[in-house]
Amino acid sequence: MKLKSDSLKRFLIDSAVPILFIVISVIAIPLSKFTGLYLVREIVTRLTRDTFLVLSLLLPVMAGMGINFGMVLGAMAGQIGLIFVTDWGIRDVLGLVIAMIISTPIAILLGYFSGGVLNRAKGREMITSMMLGLFISGIYQFFLLYLCGSIIPIKNPKLLLSRGYGIRNAINLDTAGAFDKLLRVKIGGVPVSFGTILIIVAICIFTSWFRKTKLGQDMRAVGQDMGVADSAGIKVEKTRIQSIIISTVLACYGQIIYLQNIGTINTYNGADQAALFAAAALLVGGATVSRATIANAIVGTGLFHLMFIVMPMAGKNLTGSAMLGEYFRMFVSYGVVTIALVLHAWKRQKDKEMDRAQFRVDVKTSK
Amino acid sequence: MNRINQFIKSFGWPRIIIALFLISLFIAGPFFGVSTDMSLNDVFVRFGMNAILVLSMVPMIQSGCGLNFGIPVGLVAGLIGAVMSLEFKLTGPAGILAAFLIAIIAATIFGYFYGKLLNRVKGDEMIIATYVGFSFIFFMNMMWIVLPFKNPSSVQGFKGTGLRVTISVQEYWYHIISDFLKIKFTEHFTFPTGMFIFFALMSFIVWAFFRTKIGAAITAVGSNPEYARAAGIDVDKMRVISVIFSTILAAIGIIVYQQSFGFIQMFNAPLSFVFPSVAAVLLGGASVNKASIANVIIGTILFQGILTMTPSVINSAISIDVSEVIRIIVSNGMIVYALTRKAR
Repeated sequence: MKLKSDSLKRFLIDSAVPILFIVISVIAIPLSKFTGLYLVREIVTRLTRDTFLVLSLLLPVMAGMGINFGMVLGAMAGQIGLIFVTDWGIRDVLGLVIAMIISTPIAILLGYFSGGVLNRAKGREMITSMMLGLFISGIYQFFLLYLCGSIIPIKNPKLLLSRGYGIRNAINLDTAGAFDKLLRVKIGGVPVSFGTILIIVAICIFTSWFRKTKLGQDMRAVGQDMGVADSAGIKVEKTRIQSIIISTVLACYGQIIYLQNIGTINTYNGADQAALFAAAALLVGGATVSRATIANAIVGTGLFHLMFIVMPMAGKNLTGSAMLGEYFRMFVSYGVVTIALVLHAWKRQKDKEMDRAQFRVDVKTSK
Repeated sequence: MNRINQFIKSFGWPRIIIALFLISLFIAGPFFGVSTDMSLNDVFVRFGMNAILVLSMVPMIQSGCGLNFGIPVGLVAGLIGAVMSLEFKLTGPAGILAAFLIAIIAATIFGYFYGKLLNRVKGDEMIIATYVGFSFIFFMNMMWIVLPFKNPSSVQGFKGTGLRVTISVQEYWYHIISDFLKIKFTEHFTFPTGMFIFFALMSFIVWAFFRTKIGAAITAVGSNPEYARAAGIDVDKMRVISVIFSTILAAIGIIVYQQSFGFIQMFNAPLSFVFPSVAAVLLGGASVNKASIANVIIGTILFQGILTMTPSVINSAISIDVSEVIRIIVSNGMIVYALTRKAR
């Protein structure tokens, strides 16, 4: 009986964040006055739209590098691919596949660079990957604003700014909804895009298969303890770079899936927010900085977006100010990442102190 | 030759490249019709506006808390001071003094809790500070709407509640510090003496503080926490003191910025101060765990110099506005560079 209550307690502590979010949503849903059907439709859309991006964060967590805020590098690579495809006028699924093919080498290159930089900043990977995202975003802007249309040929005048070079702020995609339209079935008034869902299932299977491979096991070992992994003959730095490359490439595909659902690219500000929302979604699902599962990612995406939909409306109905709900939404997004990071760092510090206390006991008894 | 090599090594390549770039901009400026006195004016004014914000990085770096990505905590305290001073309708020196006083009180309270939090997360201070700062801004955004501010010049005109996005301080304490003992050289070049005196005063306080017993203890904590603990220093307390000090400086810094700019920028505005302030102190030669006032001065001049000169000179030269992109690449690149240096 004792054991049972202990394991229940453990479960409650582990899923404190998701439970908190369920409570917030349960309070906010009636206040928002949305119908159930509308909410289900929105959640299904957003799950198919965002889950892939969130899944791209899993491997670096396993390799002990925390949340890869540098996934925006991949997102930017994906956007570049989509812009070129739009310029060449390739439509539908073919367009998206070609966009993926173009952006993969860019993502691999960026991921390799990112992994190398993070190897030089061990112990502070998260802040470094975040700053790296902002830094590469500068180069990305330089590339699109000044090189595209002047050095790199862009034929389609609709893509260019009126001055003759540089990509516009917002681009309508010819490839909009291409994956979503595949195998779209209406279930009880809710359109479900099985095409996109199949892709997401494929990546879930890939991830859980990958964990069992030699490379996956190496990553886990590196994540547990770099020193031990090194003495076991694992090339620590190489493994870390590989995990970042895979994450970046997946983020690139994730952004393409996300954008084909939205239908337009917000060229210069789109990618920056991707990492924040993906990280928040993963952490809302009960993941920590050192442990994240596929279930965390899917549950988290659903819960986070449920809150994302109902909060502004609930805030508006409650206070009469639309901005208040908007700010609350942003506050919760940043807040949940903060809390998860704080809890993790705090726990690690406590473990360290416990180790030290244990060491003292050991020394005393051996005397 | 050896000495030159040593100088380059200690000064660091990024700094030399950026300094040379800045000098070449100043030389090239007149050829493209950019007047030197106007550029100098801009650089000095911007230096005065931003230097204290950059200075606020120093105490936390010294105590080993890393770069203060949580500077919004201090900035928000400064905003509270500023809008409260307006709420009391205080004008002139009394107004800005009241703003400072309220901001310092708010910063002390916020800084205390912020410091306590950072003590719990040793080793991960920087990423957590970033997110604490961001969440705090959005939390206070809700407060700016909800709190019952009354002064008609700070609340939204048509509703009468909720603060404006930008609040003018024209009728309250505009240029109180900037215009103190100002010297007008040419039509476009007015030296803002007051801001430099004020910065010197703040620098002196920081300098003197690190020569007191507490200040020395903070430096000891920053350079070797284990050794400091063995020497009987309360590590956690010293870290909290340094965080409070940084937060107060940031709060004062933003008020100095506002009185020169002429507006209090509310809501998301503090977001845009985070990375430039961090980048400036790094540009001046600071590292993640070591910073001096000289770093602050050099860094602010270089950073603000680039910010002022690139739009005017490069736009006139090639009529393309690349300044924003250059700013992003330089400031964020500098931070990435500093983070990848080996600690100690």
